[in-house]
Parts: sequence; C-alpha cells; structure tokens
Amino acid sequence: MDGHHVHSNVSFVLDGRAVTAEARPGLRLSEALREQLGARDVKIGCNAGDCGACSVMLGGEVVCACLVTLQQAEGMTVDTLAGLRQCDPTVQRLEQSFQDHGAAQCGICTPGMMVSALALLRENQSPSETEIEDALGGVLCRCTGYRKIIDAVGNVPGAVELDGAVGTALRKLDGAAKVAGSEAFGDDVAPVGTLEILLIRSPYPRARFRFEGLDAWTAAMPGIEAVLTAGDIPGKNCFGVIPAFADQPVFAETVARFKGEAVAAVIAAPEVIRGLDPDSFPVEWTELTPVETCQAAQAEDAPLVHEGRVGNVMCGGLVTCGDPEAALATADVVVEASYRTGFVEHAYIEPEAGFAEMVGDRVEVHACTQAPVMDLEALEDILAMDRSRIRVIPTAVGGGFGAKLDITMQPYLALGALKTGKPVRICYSRAESMQSSTKRHPSEITLKIGAMQDGRICGFDFYGAFNTGAYASWGPTVATRVPVHASGPYKIADYRAQSEGIHTNCPPAGAFRGFGVPQAAIAQETLFDLLAEKLGLDALEFRISNALDDGMTTVCGQVFDQGVGAKACLQALRDAWRRETAESAGFNDAQDGPARRGVGIAAGWYGCGNTSLPNPSTIRAGLRADGTVVLHQGAMDIGQGANTVIPQIFATALGVPVAALSLQGADTDITPDAGKTSASRQTFVSGNAARLCGAALRRLILRRANAPEHAVLCFGDGVVTITDDGQSHVIDLSTLPPGDLGYVLEASETYDPPTKPLDQNGQGAPYAQFGYAAQLAVVEVDIALGTVRPIKFVAAHDVGKAINPLLVEGQVHGGITQGLGMALMEEYLPGRTENLHDYLIPTIGDVPPIETLILEVPDAHGPYGAKGLGEHVLIPTAPALVSAIYRATGVWVRDMPVTPSKLRRAIKEAQNG
Amino acid sequence: MSYLAPTKIADAIDYLGARQATIIAGCTDYFPARQPHQIFDPLLDITRLEGFRGISETENAWRLGAATTWTDLIKAPLPTGFDGLKLAAREVGSVQIQNRGTLAGNICNASPAADGIPPLLALDAQVEITGKEGTRILALGAFIKGARDIALGPAELVSAILIPKQVAQSQSAFLKLGSRTHLVISIAMVAVCLELSGKRITSARVAVGSCSPMARRLPELERFLAGKAAIDITAAGFDAEEHFAPLSPITDVRGSAEYRLDAVPELCRRAVFQAMAAA
Repeated sequence: MDGHHVHSNVSFVLDGRAVTAEARPGLRLSEALREQLGARDVKIGCNAGDCGACSVMLGGEVVCACLVTLQQAEGMTVDTLAGLRQCDPTVQRLEQSFQDHGAAQCGICTPGMMVSALALLRENQSPSETEIEDALGGVLCRCTGYRKIIDAVGNVPGAVELDGAVGTALRKLDGAAKVAGSEAFGDDVAPVGTLEILLIRSPYPRARFRFEGLDAWTAAMPGIEAVLTAGDIPGKNCFGVIPAFADQPVFAETVARFKGEAVAAVIAAPEVIRGLDPDSFPVEWTELTPVETCQAAQAEDAPLVHEGRVGNVMCGGLVTCGDPEAALATADVVVEASYRTGFVEHAYIEPEAGFAEMVGDRVEVHACTQAPVMDLEALEDILAMDRSRIRVIPTAVGGGFGAKLDITMQPYLALGALKTGKPVRICYSRAESMQSSTKRHPSEITLKIGAMQDGRICGFDFYGAFNTGAYASWGPTVATRVPVHASGPYKIADYRAQSEGIHTNCPPAGAFRGFGVPQAAIAQETLFDLLAEKLGLDALEFRISNALDDGMTTVCGQVFDQGVGAKACLQALRDAWRRETAESAGFNDAQDGPARRGVGIAAGWYGCGNTSLPNPSTIRAGLRADGTVVLHQGAMDIGQGANTVIPQIFATALGVPVAALSLQGADTDITPDAGKTSASRQTFVSGNAARLCGAALRRLILRRANAPEHAVLCFGDGVVTITDDGQSHVIDLSTLPPGDLGYVLEASETYDPPTKPLDQNGQGAPYAQFGYAAQLAVVEVDIALGTVRPIKFVAAHDVGKAINPLLVEGQVHGGITQGLGMALMEEYLPGRTENLHDYLIPTIGDVPPIETLILEVPDAHGPYGAKGLGEHVLIPTAPALVSAIYRATGVWVRDMPVTPSKLRRAIKEAQNG
Repeated sequence: MSYLAPTKIADAIDYLGARQATIIAGCTDYFPARQPHQIFDPLLDITRLEGFRGISETENAWRLGAATTWTDLIKAPLPTGFDGLKLAAREVGSVQIQNRGTLAGNICNASPAADGIPPLLALDAQVEITGKEGTRILALGAFIKGARDIALGPAELVSAILIPKQVAQSQSAFLKLGSRTHLVISIAMVAVCLELSGKRITSARVAVGSCSPMARRLPELERFLAGKAAIDITAAGFDAEEHFAPLSPITDVRGSAEYRLDAVPELCRRAVFQAMAAA
C-alpha cells in the first residue's frame, strides 16, 4: 500500500523543535503533548471540544488538541503557549495585559485563551469587541466573567499600581505563572507513567450491589496493581464537612445512593486503565426505585435515603422574630409566590485531580482543594493514621466555587499510595466530575410578604425546601444560612423563615458561592418589586426606605452600630436606575419589532465567616538571618486572589512593600491552618490574622531598637534598618539566634471573628460582619422567541475597604457571570447533562459590560475595614435579571433558569390570558 | 495497531474493504462520543487523501471535498447561495471546531442538530459516495435516512458534497436558536434559499433542523412562498400549521416540543425576509 501509513512513531515540530511521539489507536494529541512531550501547559478540561482549555496551534490554526489524533500532527507544526511565549511578541504583550487586567484568575483556561487570542491577533491586529468574542468563544472561563479578557486582548490600558500597599491594584502575585502556562494544577504534578486510579461508579441513582468474583477478575486482568473497595479502608469509611452530619462513604458498601457514587477503584498503569471498560468490572447491580425530588422524598411511603433520617429530612433551620402572622394580617398589601431553582454545577474548568506518594512512612497528597487542613483531618479518620504521617500539598486550583471544599479524590489517592507503595494519580473525567461533585441545592420556596401603604415591610413568612441530595455535605450550612439571610439587607420586624434540607438520590448538594442565599434572594427581591408596584412606589426607593442601617436590628436580633452599607449600595444605583429606565423606555417606544428592554435591580447581603461557629485563621511569618521576610500563607487561592491580598495586608501591617516578602504555602507541613476558602472569609478572617501577624513582627523589630510605632523598616542583606526622624538604627541579624524554623524573629497570629450562637428562634449574633451589594441589570428580550440578552450591569458593592480594587472587580465580574448562568441557562439534570455541551455555562459572548461601583463603608472588625466579597457578588444578579425580564415583558418567571422555552410560554400565556 | 491516513483513494477503499474501519477527519464528533476504552482501531483518516480538501467548480456543480473544513468554507469566495451555509459554519461550535470539523463529517454523523444539514438541504446538496465500483451520487435527503443513520455501504466513503450551480446563485439565510451565544447545540435552526425575480420569490427552499429526527425541508411552506413578494407574506398565512407538518420535535434539555413548534415559524419568517433583504 503506498498510502501514508502512519506507524507507531509520529514526528512533528513542537514549539520549534523536532519531536517524535509514540502513537496508539485513538491517542489524542493533547494526551501525547502532556504525557510524552512534557507540554503540561496544555490543559484538559473536558476532552470533548467544549471548553477549549487545550487549544494549541496546529499548522498555524487554533484547534482543540483533544480532538486531534496524534497521527494527524505528523509532519505538522504544533505550538503551545509555553513555546509561543518564547518567541512571539504578541504573546509577550498578552502576558502583560492579562496580568494588568486580572484576566487570569485561576488560570486554568488562560493558555487556551491566549493561544486563541494569538490566532485572532495574527490575522487582525485591532479587533473589535465582537471579533474578540467570536475568536475566543470556544474557550470557557468560569472565574473572570470574560470582560477583563476582552480588555486584555483588545489592549485596553490597564491601570496597575505596583507598590502593593492595601488599597492598591497590585497584579496577582501568582499571575506570571498562570499567563506563562507554567502553573501546576491537580493533574500537572504526577510524573509521566504514574499508576492511575479508575473509579467504578454506580450507573443508577439508587441500587443495591455486590461484587462477584472480584479476586478472580483481578487475577485474570494483567497489569492491575490493586483493587480497592470499602473493605480496604483502614479507618472510618465515612466523611463529611460537618462532623455531626458526616454520612458519606469513600466507597459505598452495599447500596449506592446516587448515580456516579464510587464503589471500587482499580489501580494500574495508564495503558491498562485506558483499555478498561468500567462496565466489565465484576459488580452485580440491583436497581432500586430512587427518590429524586423533595416531593418524592417526602411522600408517605418514600424509601429512606439514610436510616434514621425520618421523612428524608436531614435538618432544618429557623429564624423568627416579632409576630409575622399577625403582621401579615394587618398589612395593607400582601404578596405571595412560589419559586423553584434547579441543581447548578460549579463547572470549574479543572476537574478534580491529584497525585499521591509515600515519602518514608508518610503519605503526601498533592491535589486541588479549597480546604487543605480539612482534607488532612478527613484523611486522618479514613486512613486511621496520625496526622503527623499525612501531608496535604495543594496544587494550584483551577476553580472551586465551593465544590472543592469537600474531599473527592483525596482518599483514593492516599489509599492507593498506601496500598501499592507506589505513586498514584487520578483525574476525573468531566462526566465523573459532574456526576459526583457537589452542586448548588435545588430549592422550592414559598414566600409571603406584607407591607403598609407607606412602604414599610409588615410581615414576612418564608419556607424553603432544599434538595440536599444523597449526602449531607454542606446542606446543614445551607439550612442555617438561608433563614438568616432570607430577609435580604432590610429591616423586618415580624419575620419567620424556615428551611429544610431533604435527602434524595441525587448528587450531594453542598457549597456553591452563597450557600442557598442566591436561591432565597430570587424570591425575596422579586417579591419586593411586586410589593413596590402594588404600593405604587419606585422599586429602588422602596428598597432604600426599608434598608438596614447602623443601629438597626437584623432578623436575628443582631445590631451593628457601624459598617452597614446596604443603603449606600442602593443609593449608588440611583443615577443608573433613572438613566437606564428612561433609556429602555425610549428604546421600547421606538420599537416595531420583537425586542423589548427592561431594567431590574436587586440587593443582597452576606455574613462573612462561619455562622455562629468558630473559624480561626492563623498566619505565621518569620525573619531569616539574611534579612528575608517569609510569609507562611495557607489561605487557599482558588483564583480569587488570597495569594495576593493576604501578602498585601501583611506587608502593609509590617510596613514594607509586598516585593520585600518571600511567600510560602499552602502546605500543611509549612503553613498554619488558615481555614477553608469559603464563606467569603479569607480577606476578612485570614486577612485579620495577616494584619495581626504583620503588626506583631513589626513590634518585635521596633522593640529591639526601642523605635516608635511610625519608624520605617528596611530589610537588607543580613540587617534590618529602622529609620525614625532621620535617625537610623541597624539590627545585625547574624547576632540573633535562629529558632526551630530557622527564623531569627517570628510571629504567628490567629484571628477568629466574634459571634454568638443562635437560639431556637435563630436569635443571636451569627456573624461579626456582613458585606452588602446592589446590582442593576438591563436586558433585551426577543418576545417572539423568548430569548434574553443582557445588555449591561451596574454593580455596587460595599467591601469596607478594597484591599485590591483590581481583584474586587474580578470577583464582581465572575460572580455576576455565574449569577447570569443560574438565571438564564444553567440547570444540572442528573444523568442528562453530564458534559459541558448539554450543561451550558455562559460563554464570552453572553456577558455584557459591567460597571463596578466600589463602596467602602469600613467595618470595625475587618482588616483595614475590609469585608468579604466572594459570595455577595452573585446574590443580587439572578433577581435583578428576573425583574429586568419582567419590566421588558410584563411576565414573572419564577422557575429558574429562565430558558427561552419557559419565557416564551409565559409571554404567550400573558398574551392569551 | 491500525491507523491509515492514505493519500490514494484506492488504498482507503481497500482498507475499508478489509476491515470495519471507522472513518475520521476532524474528529470533532468522534472523540466526544467515546470513552477512552471505546476508542479502537482500525481508523481510516481521510484528511490526507488527494483532492479531498477544498472547494472546486465543475461544469454543473460546486464540489466540496470531504475533508473540507468549516473554516475552508468560510474563507472561500462563493456565490450568494452559500451565504446561509457560511452563516451556519460560523456558528458550528467555535473557531477551534470550525478549523477541524468537516462538512462531510457533519452529514455523516447525521445528528438531528447538525448545523450544516439544513443549509445543505436548502441548497439541494448531493452526496458523492466512492466505493470499489466507483462513485455514486445521492440527494442529501436520501443519504440521511434518520437520526445517525446514513446510506453508506461498508466499503464506501463520502468523497464530496455537490451543490448544483444554479442553486448556488440563490439568496440564502440561516438562523440558529440556542440558549447561549457560542458553543451551543441549537434548539432549532432554519435555512432558506430563495430564487427571486425582482422583489418576488420564484422558488423557495426552506429546511429546519433540531425539530425532527433528521432536518426536514418544508415543501408546503415552499409552495406557499413561491410567487410571493414580502408584502404578500402575512404572519397568519405563513404560520399555517400544514406548512410545518413535517416537523416532529421532542422535548429535551434544550427546549420543549411546544416551544420549538412555536419558534420555528417565527424563525422561518425572519430567515425568508433576511434572504430577501440580502438581494
């Protein structure tokens, strides 16, 4: 045959050098690049062309490397970000502008974004916004909201100050590695050829199972190193983030409670794993009737998901004050409605992945996580090993948003390393990630609110059932947080809010940016609009008149005598509200087609830190004899910026530029526990620990020179120079004895926000601080098709003090984009949308311009007045969009997401009714 | 292992004849549909076959070689009849997908939501199939027998898509309805090709995708449109139920059947007006 018959070796030019890779049937170029040729800058997010993270240039055209066979590269040129940045000035320019704009948050999509941008800029050096969107539309980003990426590619000048003091827009300190593609994420750590772990998962939402001839099967399969099941767990086959509710097995034992639950693991060399059909694993399933909705789970004869949890109720929450029934009876106007939201998937582009190995008699786990110390504590119980024998070394995290708070692959890695004595790795496929990771809770909410003619809220009665899925995860937190927050940032004297978490045979619902509060806000905020309308009041002024202020009592009976920024956020929207409402009315008056515009507003609040529970953070720092200041920073950066914000706060407290610091962590061996990255707590709680630590170290140094508080420190080669009023004092560090950690001076400080428990009526002091938000959305609806196009957002956020305004904007953009997804397109349907083409998240073309108004109403507890922000940013988004759609169309859609099908049906019903 | 990327068509046919090989080109459907253990050899990669990539003109037809990518199509200077197909090409996945995916692969995958099929049906496309006995030509509507079901023999491959020359001169449009702007599988899509005499339609071809197991032409609607000017086309007349009788949409994660039936007449009307306005 004289055809071009490709044999086992494929040769091509990779990043300018001739390479040869070994082919096998169906080997994807992406895998060959990563596992044979060292190009780990090529990221794998979906293996289906849905996310674009693996984008490379093939013969000068941008392609998804996961959709190219290795053989198709024969004789071609292949260029990845790592190679392109060496020689291409456009890529070098993009590296700078991506950092200037904060266009890379977690960084997992960044190589794909930059390669795609390069392909565009090679053909078109000054692209329009639309051209940028079309060129980058194939790369999904879950963190940034894309607007900063558009600015970076469009070469909009970025305003970046470089000294790094609190309040300055310092570039992310870990940004250079992200734009260079050299950042190592969960699947980027394992050496080539490491044994792989394949999980055997339940194909049914509820099934009894038993293994049939497991030993014989294992013996007959060449190359299998180990098979793990529940019997191989030395400690407890049980984990859970809230100890009182821990209920999730590492491996199900006799019954699988959701589709995708792991029952066994196979460990083998990569080539063996690749050829293994999970369906050939010797397990016999007996499918059982599942309960998949709250309603089904609460039917009288519904099977129990967990014995002992009667009626499938996991737990509930209640906050009540005053007399809501009586108030509603006397109210001039009462509105009531029911709302529904579905599962929302976190859809970080980096699936759960990691690597583990034995180092001596210790097991070391490298994995993407939001909570390294909680992971370590869970492993302690599962492995029945002392914590001194476990080390968790977080990799860079390619997005988390709450779902990487729970352990996922960590126990399989640790068990695999212990069992085989060899290094092991795992990377969930996109389907596995979607099936088995936690989700935002679906909700069924009914809400009744009353008001008096003068606009004062008079009675509020909320009930929300939350589908918490098969295991507790953070369900109890959702059940607690929702009643505390369901009032919104308003003064409501007569209030009752009750929540229940209901078990079903669905994936566990857990933490997702906002812990149930975004669901509740949709009901509360849109009913506020309806109330205002019935009262003939302006929707914004109605909110302002009811907004919380300093000295007012919250629904939990908590009084903040300072720091309440709710009114400030709402008032900041007044200009935009008037302008946009008028503009949209003008647009609609001029229309003879099907386009209608509408403007919506919504507010939100969110308590920072754990609800009435301790959640301390500790930050340590030390001064080496050579004059280096080392900051041990264990607050996980999942893209949001803790690696930058915590050093900024510490450096400011110490009185040095950020550049003077050497950073270490996170690593459970070298960084103290800075808690989990959740509850919008890192800037507030770990930030305070960093401030205290910086101040403590500063005091130690000043004391040695008897220098006053305002003296200037300068760290040099083996010395600290302390200058005050023209007088200098030099400390020769070589004269000081180093401590156990090698530091001549060191400080370690802990901060735990002051809270008080909630009583049976939810009265107490759940949080030391709240952050506040109000957003405005403008949409254009095609009323003939029911499609919605957001046109603009204006977002006012009270952050107390913007430690880093660039990162504040990044959070706002990203949160709005996730809120937009939740409102308009995202619903995870177990078994049906287990990929990123059936489960839709916003693309670069779906996010309109966002104007961020940063407000600083300082908080007495926050470091330099700062408040948390990470979750606040998406709470008002969905209700603002839903009310904008109402103003465009005259219909309220109360079933999320507002898909074209649902909106068009509602419009037709309104037209016919 | 067996992976053949021949340059000669005869070698490709021999290879197909000797084993049950899977034919691949851009792999934009091949890989996403398979788990790692489901990727077997043998594979026949047609992307290096001589004469398979590119668009050429014969006496009666435009010939789109089977390895022609969406990007090749977008970049090619072509008559107005291709405008709708080009619009569809720009909405196939993303630039990454357009750079790899082929039109022929799109019709062979025969998804009910294939972006290329409605505009190709509206262009009266034909499929050139090559086998041991030489080539045969089938109308696209006959080639696609149903959802993921095509009239291709075991030792045959699609070598080209042919567009009749006179059809290529029509005015065309394409509209895709989806829940987001990029990387989206359509809820419904509509392709239209019109022959115009002045402002009047002399003949119309309308095809709808994602609303039946395979994309369908709407002959009753086409008859209704023939002879009409824009001013004659009322919503009530256009939307008559019988015009859309070939459609049998289902409810799926993207949209309800009811919604699809409601949206399609609106989309068709917009596409017809868009094609007329382009003239």
